[in-house]
Amino acid sequence: MKGEKVQSKTGKIVSTVIMWLLLIIFIMPFFIVIVDSFKSNAEIMENPLNLTGHPTMNNFVEAFVRMNYPSAFCNTFVITLLSVFLITIFSAMTAYFIVRSKSRVGTVIFYALVASMMLPFQAIMIPLVSIYGHIGLLSNRATLIFMYVGFGCGMAVFIFHGFIKTGIPVSLEEAAKIDGANMIQIFFKIILPLLKPVIATVVVLDVLWIWNDYLLPSLVLSQPWQLTMPLSTYSFAGQMSINFGPLIASLLLTMLPVLIIYIFLQRFIIEGIVAGSVKN
Amino acid sequence: MSGGRKPVCCLTILLKYFKKRVRCRPSKRCNMKRRKNFNLTFFLIFALPTLIIFTLVIVVPFIYGLFMSFTNTNGMSGNSWVGFSNYAAVFHDSTFWNSFIVTIEYVVACVVLTNILAFIIAYLVTSGIKGQNFLRAAFFTPNLIGGIVLGLIWNFIFRQVLVNVGTAYSIPIFQETWLADPVKALWTLIIVTVWQMSGYMMIIYIAGFTGISQDVLEAAEIDGCTNFQKVTKIEMPLMVPSFIICLFLTLSRCFMVYDTNISLTKGEPFGSTVLISLNIYREAFNNNNYAKGQAEAFLLFIIIAALSVTQVYIGKKMEVEQ
Repeated sequence: MKGEKVQSKTGKIVSTVIMWLLLIIFIMPFFIVIVDSFKSNAEIMENPLNLTGHPTMNNFVEAFVRMNYPSAFCNTFVITLLSVFLITIFSAMTAYFIVRSKSRVGTVIFYALVASMMLPFQAIMIPLVSIYGHIGLLSNRATLIFMYVGFGCGMAVFIFHGFIKTGIPVSLEEAAKIDGANMIQIFFKIILPLLKPVIATVVVLDVLWIWNDYLLPSLVLSQPWQLTMPLSTYSFAGQMSINFGPLIASLLLTMLPVLIIYIFLQRFIIEGIVAGSVKN
Repeated sequence: MSGGRKPVCCLTILLKYFKKRVRCRPSKRCNMKRRKNFNLTFFLIFALPTLIIFTLVIVVPFIYGLFMSFTNTNGMSGNSWVGFSNYAAVFHDSTFWNSFIVTIEYVVACVVLTNILAFIIAYLVTSGIKGQNFLRAAFFTPNLIGGIVLGLIWNFIFRQVLVNVGTAYSIPIFQETWLADPVKALWTLIIVTVWQMSGYMMIIYIAGFTGISQDVLEAAEIDGCTNFQKVTKIEMPLMVPSFIICLFLTLSRCFMVYDTNISLTKGEPFGSTVLISLNIYREAFNNNNYAKGQAEAFLLFIIIAALSVTQVYIGKKMEVEQ
């Protein structure tokens, strides 16, 4: 017994050391980005790992202006916000319909949505571009939001469906009905507030996806003023090639909003991810 | 990417549904009751908006895509029926096969390494060391950032930082950039993917570890289990559901990787790292060969669908009753 305890103590030290070493390797790229974004290009070429003696903000200024940061940020923000809002509302309503109506229509919709989750985006991207290009709806931010709702509702309905089915008693709605509430009031005043924990999961998963998505916006958006942050970062990087200073500053600028939010909401975000991928 | 977020159980649920339907059919009462409950206003307000958007964004393009792959369309003109000749062309296309083989190599390496690393990290994080929450959050960080930015960061590291370190401390393996060598360039992609995804999978494994009841572990300890036996004989079998989720997630994500590919290697050198998604994109939008690109895309779809079916099947067989 005694021997085992000692062993587990050394074991603990070993695992702590391994853990922190791994962490340093994991975090290294971010460290390099932060350090190098304040250096001139010549300093980066000379030694990308040391701290600079003369930090400069020039990289940030150049990146900020040339990648059109304010416009890219606003586009990403508005597109993510509206898409996630619409996905959440529509999906919660549909899931509620599916659970409560108990009709065959509902079941068919549910399984069509679930099946769509297996579909890789690449399998529909070409016809999508072709169809929407013909109608002349490409190069339009509203179309992009519309598409995100289409792609996002499968998983969201699935998550809401599971929660409503097991977590929300019918008796509540029956009581509200007796009190004279109609179905819209019942949903928005009683059901939706009860869905808060799942809404958090859906929002976390969808925000991370839409905020960082590249392929779909690259197919839909084309004008410089429409670009989202991944798009403008990528095109800016293409112009910079070996002008590393501004390039790295632009990467840091792109990461910054998410990292700041993560510092405050990390617990919440990780719990959302766990709920989204495990509880199903 | 829309692909990354798929819960593993969708297939299980489809299967359950079909079983239920079979059970339900003979009794007419079951159907009658269902019909009675159908409320048209309820449907129109609550389900129709989603249904319309879903149809326009997924169902219609899916069907049209299937049609496209049997025509000779290039997006603008040409819509004549050519039967299976696109699929035949894909099968005889050495570029496609190269990218297919590279993708398989990439996927196998990523899935194996990601899951091993994620499992080890999760084990260490839950072994009761200090700063658990901080470690968990830190390892997850790469998942917050899109493939484009991650790819560009690592492009800089492989192109500049490592070369610099390699020449400064004369480490031969780093003296020339890995991005210029076909085999090493693929490894850069694997490294970045493993680095990113193991944080995500770690979270799922941690949930698995914390879900194991303490009683079982104590019982094992009393019976004289070593730590290693505890992991392999008790925790791993009990964590089969976590393994299945992680395997499925890593597999489908890796097959669909696109962002990291274009920002890290751009398919270079000499087209040696063009993964299947990038290949589909180039076939359709750079070579203007929509029909053939669509045929390739459908092959990808079939692979992913087949993978999910097998995985769920195996998972159901292996699951330990808890």
